[in-house]
Amino acid sequence: MDKFTKLTGTACPISQSNLNTDQILPARYLKWTRAMGFGKVLFHDLRFDAEGREKPDFPLNKPVWHKSTIVVSARNFGCGSSREAAVYALYDFGVRCVIAPSFGDIFAGNAVQNGLLTAVVTDQEAAEIMESLAQMPELPVTVDLDQQIILSGNRTYKFRIDPIRRMRLLNGWDDLALTENYRDRISAFKVEDKMKRPWAAARGQL
Amino acid sequence: MNQPQTIIDKLWSAHEILRRDDGESLLWVDRHYVHEGSFHAFGKLAERRAEVTEPGLTFGVADHYVPTRGSRRNVANPELARMVRQLEENCARHGIKLFGLDDPRQGIVHVVGPEQGLTLPGLLIVCGDSHTSTHGALGAYAFGIGASEVAHVLMTQTIWQKNPKRMRVSVDGVLPSGISAKDIVLAIIAAIGADGATGCAVEFAGSAIRALSMEGRLTLCNMSIEAGARCGVVAPDAVTFAYLKRRPYAPTAAAFEQAVEAWSQLATDEGATFDHEVALNAAKIAPIVTWGTSPQDALPIDASAPDPTRESNPERAQYLREALDYMGIAPGKKLTEIAIDRVFIGSCTNARIEDLRAAAAVLAGRASKVPGLVSPGSSLVKRQAEDEGLDRIFREAGLEWGESGCSMCVGINGDLVKPGERCASTTNRNFRGRQGPGARTHLMSPAMVAAAAVTGHLADVRELLGTRRA
Repeated sequence: MDKFTKLTGTACPISQSNLNTDQILPARYLKWTRAMGFGKVLFHDLRFDAEGREKPDFPLNKPVWHKSTIVVSARNFGCGSSREAAVYALYDFGVRCVIAPSFGDIFAGNAVQNGLLTAVVTDQEAAEIMESLAQMPELPVTVDLDQQIILSGNRTYKFRIDPIRRMRLLNGWDDLALTENYRDRISAFKVEDKMKRPWAAARGQL
Repeated sequence: MNQPQTIIDKLWSAHEILRRDDGESLLWVDRHYVHEGSFHAFGKLAERRAEVTEPGLTFGVADHYVPTRGSRRNVANPELARMVRQLEENCARHGIKLFGLDDPRQGIVHVVGPEQGLTLPGLLIVCGDSHTSTHGALGAYAFGIGASEVAHVLMTQTIWQKNPKRMRVSVDGVLPSGISAKDIVLAIIAAIGADGATGCAVEFAGSAIRALSMEGRLTLCNMSIEAGARCGVVAPDAVTFAYLKRRPYAPTAAAFEQAVEAWSQLATDEGATFDHEVALNAAKIAPIVTWGTSPQDALPIDASAPDPTRESNPERAQYLREALDYMGIAPGKKLTEIAIDRVFIGSCTNARIEDLRAAAAVLAGRASKVPGLVSPGSSLVKRQAEDEGLDRIFREAGLEWGESGCSMCVGINGDLVKPGERCASTTNRNFRGRQGPGARTHLMSPAMVAAAAVTGHLADVRELLGTRRA
């Protein structure tokens, strides 16, 4: 997994709240493999009309935001389905950070597994950043994970992220490598647990 | 004396292998369910040439891509056939028991798990599907995970988690007649919002919850994710134990009795505290329908759609305008005046036998004014419904009696609501395009969907039940 330390880039405001993973990546693309390019179908039904033409009103379609590496949005970004491909779509499009007042739990977990930063600010701050981007769309935004700050114009915002997730992103840690260190503890737990909870074992195959 | 504990604490500590200094815990996974969508994770295993560490604790179910209309002997669509075959191959390669397309026990994973007694109280259960929260109805700690985590569980049978906040939602009092678990959970989501339980594990408690059947509790926990919850749980009790007795994979005889003793200890101790408490009065819950594009956009059936011009908060007004516009509903329109184009009865939320009975009770002797599909939650539910003659009631009402799968809830098997069509649905998500591009979804209970079918518009089922009695 790629590390995330500091990023300066174009930020695209998408002001809808509860932007769920069905909007980020419609379910009909879930049978795709990653090699097929989830980035081109990111926000598909919001970005394109029924004939496949770009909807000019959708922020990501405005030329200035076409190559955004940061998305700023409203509450409960990524709620809904657990599809990790929603994160793949954002990442493969080029987005490395989403700034929002809150995130769906599963989405935020999937994000950290793939090096995508979910930065939590207040409703007010998210609205402010989106407003300043509406005024000055090309204004670069800097997200510094080490300092946990966002720089937007002359404003600085402190953002929140779970300290564990922060460490993982900063170091590019992989869950599996981490777990390997605890193989013995897992085996010991398994033995003890079998005695404590004999009923938890699945009965033989039927 | 020990500190009083919540059921959430008890479930958590029973599975905690270790806790790192940074506060993250490695948890043991008792059951891992996989489905066609798990192919990303199996791909990660293949890349690493890794094996499934506990195939005996892993179970496959074909549900997301299986056809639910017409013959299933030959899956006509090659893409769907490939998805189903891919799951079969992955399960076969790793020695995972599969409830596949031709298995008489096949169904939606969140229906099959409890039905087979694979889901038990006190277990930690994961699946690469957000509605895994369903299994909490039996007193399990169950939650949805992403593909990377699915791969991690396949390879280690463990998962890293941070201890969640505890929330208790208490629903006390007696539910009025015609009101079901779906109405309770939509009322809860409307009250706390679609992110009201984010970061929390939720215990559902109170006399109205205790009075729910197992099917009702499954519906309730199923939709806890729609309030953002990590998981939902109901303490196991006599209802749970009676449900589990003689389920194929549940413990038997003396082992069952021992298990019941252990499961009975799981309930929240008196005096245990929660981070958040929410209380609802069951007697005040009316039949609820959604009008918008989030499950929190839910109102009692006798209400009217919101009017953005009466909303003082400009952002909220904008949200209302966009949702109403997508749904094609005039501001302030009475909900009972909203005409529908089709109905769907199915999904992991509301396709168990009780749900089908509730819908059939309204439809019996009546005709549906719109087309619709009934997709039973599992192939066993389908057989039982046919034994009870429910299929005949649905067919005689003019609805299609289909096969079991995720079907029109998410539409990836090809069963879609057409663009612009309005569907009264027993499912869990009224997101834009969820049932197909441009589809307009109204969530409600099975009885309420049946009421909408026979009237051709959103309707109060209590009035139909009333006329039946007279």
